[in-house]
Amino acid sequence: MKHSTRRTFEKYGVLSAPLVWTFIFLFVPYILLFTYSFYIKQFPTFTPAFQFGNYAQIIADSQYYQVIFRSAWIAGCVALSALFLAYPFAYFLVFKVRSARVRMILYMAVIVPLWVSYLLRAYTWKTILGNEGILNSFLVWAGIFAEPSDLFLYNKFSMILTLTYIFIPFTVMPIYTALEKIPRNLTEASHDLGVGPLQTFWNVILPLSMPGVIAGMTFTFCLASGDFVAPMLVGGPDGFMIANLMTSQFGAAMNWPLGSALAMIMLVVVLTIISLSDKFQRAGRVELG
Amino acid sequence: MEIGRASVLESISHRFGNGFLLTASMSVLAFLYLPIAVLIIFSFNDSRILSLPFRGFTWKWYEALLNNADLQTAIWNSFYVGICATFLTLLIGIPAAFALDRFNFPGKTMFRRFVLLPLALPGVITGISMMNMFRAMGIQLSLETVILGHATALVSVVATQVFARLQRLNRSFEEASADLGARPWQTFCYVTIPNIRSAIIGSALISFTLSFDEIPVTFFLTGRDNTLPMYIWSTLRRGITPEINAVGTIILVVSLVLIVLSVWLIQHDDQKR
Repeated sequence: MKHSTRRTFEKYGVLSAPLVWTFIFLFVPYILLFTYSFYIKQFPTFTPAFQFGNYAQIIADSQYYQVIFRSAWIAGCVALSALFLAYPFAYFLVFKVRSARVRMILYMAVIVPLWVSYLLRAYTWKTILGNEGILNSFLVWAGIFAEPSDLFLYNKFSMILTLTYIFIPFTVMPIYTALEKIPRNLTEASHDLGVGPLQTFWNVILPLSMPGVIAGMTFTFCLASGDFVAPMLVGGPDGFMIANLMTSQFGAAMNWPLGSALAMIMLVVVLTIISLSDKFQRAGRVELG
Repeated sequence: MEIGRASVLESISHRFGNGFLLTASMSVLAFLYLPIAVLIIFSFNDSRILSLPFRGFTWKWYEALLNNADLQTAIWNSFYVGICATFLTLLIGIPAAFALDRFNFPGKTMFRRFVLLPLALPGVITGISMMNMFRAMGIQLSLETVILGHATALVSVVATQVFARLQRLNRSFEEASADLGARPWQTFCYVTIPNIRSAIIGSALISFTLSFDEIPVTFFLTGRDNTLPMYIWSTLRRGITPEINAVGTIILVVSLVLIVLSVWLIQHDDQKR
């Protein structure tokens, strides 16, 4: 066989399984979602149509777009809080811990909580923050409060707290990787030039770690906005997010076209965020030789 | 003298900075482990209610687990789904990584976008879109549809890890193998695969772990059989007993043992090479 023919044969042989899979299980479902989003809800299910009514309903009806904004706001707060907690930890591991063994142990220590069921960890926050929970018990015992407070659970605070808790490990990982890659000769050169540690951080380390920061925050924002477990456990009425809205459209509300329209909106938004984030990451990448 | 003052100031701010970093890092770890400590402690608490005060040490919740047939079925289902899904992700993800690393073909960028999408896309979308498709095709939801859903969501894990490893692979090994007369499939089996073995095993483990605790995709694609997360979910809605805490603690301990084992194995493997 000619080499180029064999090469082509090889190429499409290797490609066939993933291509077919991607087509059947990713492409087709998204097309279906797109199609359904134009249908009309009609008892008991829905009829084919081509109309923008579902999208119009989402934009016009405040009960829908409020949920979308709330989800984005909560996800943004979560991404920021996770960043403020994860970055110092990653920085400490990479630059301050001398022993490679201790560094690995501490790194694993952040990853290990991911192995405990997400549901259980979120639920445990509910027991910690609740009226009979540990936090309230401690505050009453310490005399800070006269009686247990309602303030800690079933609101945006508990949502952001729980979601930040879940996403800290996911934020630490890319930042740690990015910080590790920074060549030490750059920080040493900065020090040799007489620049203090704070300035070195601001001018050298922070910019070079940006790709990791952006990756972590994008991941956290996208996944936090689409979460439906935390809202159900600790959210209360204030914490109703897009994913819960979507779930109810496919469940009790039996409004699949509307649910599909919501899903399409989320799909497009996430795709846009990922593309933008990619561009920022590449722009921030410095040629390190 | 100015130089002396500057260096004293510097060393104070240096110490302060280090102190801040140490405190911040330890606080983060404490924050991360607080719920886990609570989980473990209450699994031994002799009380149905998950709140203080602590009423006494007991193994009874662990004993109840042994009698809980539903839970055991759910765990078994999770293993079944996890193993099959991981197998599928390897079958699809490894060729996908090779295709992205070595070949150019029309639609490559779109293919890459699609493959990577489920990683950052909330699982609800993957779950809803696949549920739509199965319903439209008249396929009953079952553990098998869950397997297909997990495989789709997790292919990107394997593909990215293997791809990253392939990028770092030294092509001269493969060229040398070809120069020495090996056929392409021999080179693949004896040269390429062993070198990316760590990426394959690592991503398979991550894939299995993610599948075991997977919630959104499973929620939409599950039929009558429950996986472990679905069982826990239904228990949470109905009324919780500390049996759940016992489950969580056991999962944690098993995972710790597995991690320590795998780290030891990797180090041992490295030393042998």
